[in-house]
Amino acid sequence: MESEKKNTQFEINKVISQQYKYGFTTPIERADFPAGLNEEIILEISKKRKEPSFLQSFRLRAYRKWRRMNSPSWANLNIPAIDYQKIRYYSAPRTKPKLDSLDQIDPEILKTFNQLGISLQEQKKLSNVAIDAIFDSISVGTTYKEKLAKYGVIFCSISDAIQYYPSLIKKYLGTVVSSGDNFFAALNSAVFTDGSFCYIPQNTACPLELSTYFRINDKESGQFERTLIIAEKNSSVSYLEGCTAPTFSENQLHAAIVELIALENAQIKYSTVQNWYAGDNTGIGGVYNFVTKRGLCAGKNAFISWTQVETGSSITWKYPSCLLLGKKSLGEFYSVALTNHYQQADTGAKMIHLGEKTASKILSKGISCGTSQNAYRGLVRVGSNANFARNFSQCDSFLVGSHSQASTYPYLDISNSTCVIEHEAKISKISEEQLFYLTQRGIAIEQAVGLLINGFCKEVMMKLPMEFAAEADKLLSLKLEGTVG
Amino acid sequence: MNTELLSIKNLNVSIEETLILQNLNFTVKENEIHVIMGPNGSGKSTLSKVLAGHPAYKIQKGDVSFCGKNLLRMPPEERSHNGLFLAFQYPLEISGVTNYDFLRIAYNEKQKFLKKPELDPIQFIELVQDLLKKLQIKNEFLTRNLNEGFSGGEKKRNEILQMLLLSPKLIILDEIDSGLDIDALKIICKEIKDSLPANSSLILITHYPRILEYLKPTKVHIMMEGTFTQTGGMELVNLLEKSGYQFAIN
Repeated sequence: MESEKKNTQFEINKVISQQYKYGFTTPIERADFPAGLNEEIILEISKKRKEPSFLQSFRLRAYRKWRRMNSPSWANLNIPAIDYQKIRYYSAPRTKPKLDSLDQIDPEILKTFNQLGISLQEQKKLSNVAIDAIFDSISVGTTYKEKLAKYGVIFCSISDAIQYYPSLIKKYLGTVVSSGDNFFAALNSAVFTDGSFCYIPQNTACPLELSTYFRINDKESGQFERTLIIAEKNSSVSYLEGCTAPTFSENQLHAAIVELIALENAQIKYSTVQNWYAGDNTGIGGVYNFVTKRGLCAGKNAFISWTQVETGSSITWKYPSCLLLGKKSLGEFYSVALTNHYQQADTGAKMIHLGEKTASKILSKGISCGTSQNAYRGLVRVGSNANFARNFSQCDSFLVGSHSQASTYPYLDISNSTCVIEHEAKISKISEEQLFYLTQRGIAIEQAVGLLINGFCKEVMMKLPMEFAAEADKLLSLKLEGTVG
Repeated sequence: MNTELLSIKNLNVSIEETLILQNLNFTVKENEIHVIMGPNGSGKSTLSKVLAGHPAYKIQKGDVSFCGKNLLRMPPEERSHNGLFLAFQYPLEISGVTNYDFLRIAYNEKQKFLKKPELDPIQFIELVQDLLKKLQIKNEFLTRNLNEGFSGGEKKRNEILQMLLLSPKLIILDEIDSGLDIDALKIICKEIKDSLPANSSLILITHYPRILEYLKPTKVHIMMEGTFTQTGGMELVNLLEKSGYQFAIN
């Protein structure tokens, strides 16, 4: 019996341990800064990017705060000491692409993105998705710019936004995540290099799905991207980010900030498919994914929805949040986090209710395989003015590996007695009986495990934009031919 | 002479060091209906799970051949593809997987194994709708999650739907009659009888003789402590009704 059990376990492991397909590197000529971090480097970054002086001082302020801060240690994570002086804070392909033509992108880089299934050439683009592609520290191209411009939608790299729309940057950057918000946010504010910028004008529904594709290529450089999305009154936008990185035995640091601002009646739907390199099956290598994502529902009836599918990274530290300030504003968080081997994830959501009749929903699905650790950590805070706020949270964990761990840390901080808060949590293990049932019907064990996992996360996967649902499914290593509608 | 479908010889099976089946001998030929009755814990369900390849059981000794092949060597899905079907006493609930997706995957996996063409979703819905009609099941059955929130009767009907879909050679019905009302039992038995694929056979595990009014057994076996102590015809069932399992103790 033991051996049979082991057999089943072995088969399951095979299913969930498919080889990382995005682990290649691209040989390109780079213009790098030396490793290390000090005020000089920060000034150099700012100078290299020809930034206005307000941004330069923003960076310096952040750096000075960061120097006095410590890396957070409260998460259920075992984070090896990181030597911040060994990281390269700026790395870019030497040939800087012209902003008006995608033809001038280094063919090697185009090849990389093609290999990743992301085509930047206009004719081969996904039909209704505009893409911004970020390679190490800089954006190498944004598609569909003209079409979007017709609607008044601005979608470009944050570097371009700093050059062309400095007043918007000055008005909004750092207003949701302040430069000293936390250790990694301060680091990002000091050294961020690129990321995406979206601005949706009043009364406009963005006609395309917007998408950013992040790629770490360099071994020693960290990626510190910064994304800022502003949805004006009565506007709406759906945005998706995807991430991959090469296979290295060293760990790469990725410390990003995403800020969303939704004004009155505006809707922002932000989806992430995160597949950074997760390290090998003994836990060597992989990306440290330390991310601060926060959205502000500034106006009445504003709506922000976070959907994330987290399958990569050796360590994930990430708590997408909604500040629900506007009356009747709504925040949502849908998450699937799959960990395997020695991956660690401590992730969840924060819903901060500040305005009256604000509502939020959290639906988190954690899947732990191998010897991985998967924790949900979430905060629901109801401020004293948030009369009649509502929250519903559901955190489900699914244990696949016999040595894996799942934990749930829900925090409630309630200062108003008129609110309604509900929390449900469930932990289940992959069931031998369910597998037996499916295999008896002729479904081989790999596919059966896939079906069970897919079924477990279905509610969340259905929240992803159609165009990316298939890709996300693949990421979960589930080859369920034709079953995903 | 009918050819042999299943042949079990001197089978001993244990789970966690406890012997559940011992010295079991059992032969099923084509076009037969075998009934296995016995007290709770006598090993009836164990036998069905062992035949279907449940990983928790350990075969201590014995041989099982199915259509001339060594059954014990095959993983569960291969046993299924070769025509062995087990209708579960307690069908499992699987959330997030629609009945329709599940049925289509199961069907197409068998087609693949038999090197026959797989059906696309539209072709498949035609096929399955015919079967739904036969079993008097509503269409919305397909869009619900597999067995999730199904009543006892709905679960059993779903088992029969799967059986019809996979057209197996040997069908084990593990207490298909439990949790069914009389009308539902009638429909299901009629459907089983009418739709049995050519030359296929049934093994019925049951506590209640009522089902035998609809499905006439070729042979009746009484199972006690992991082996057949009596084999005969309907007279055994009548004896059982009169005096309980007492009579069957050797």
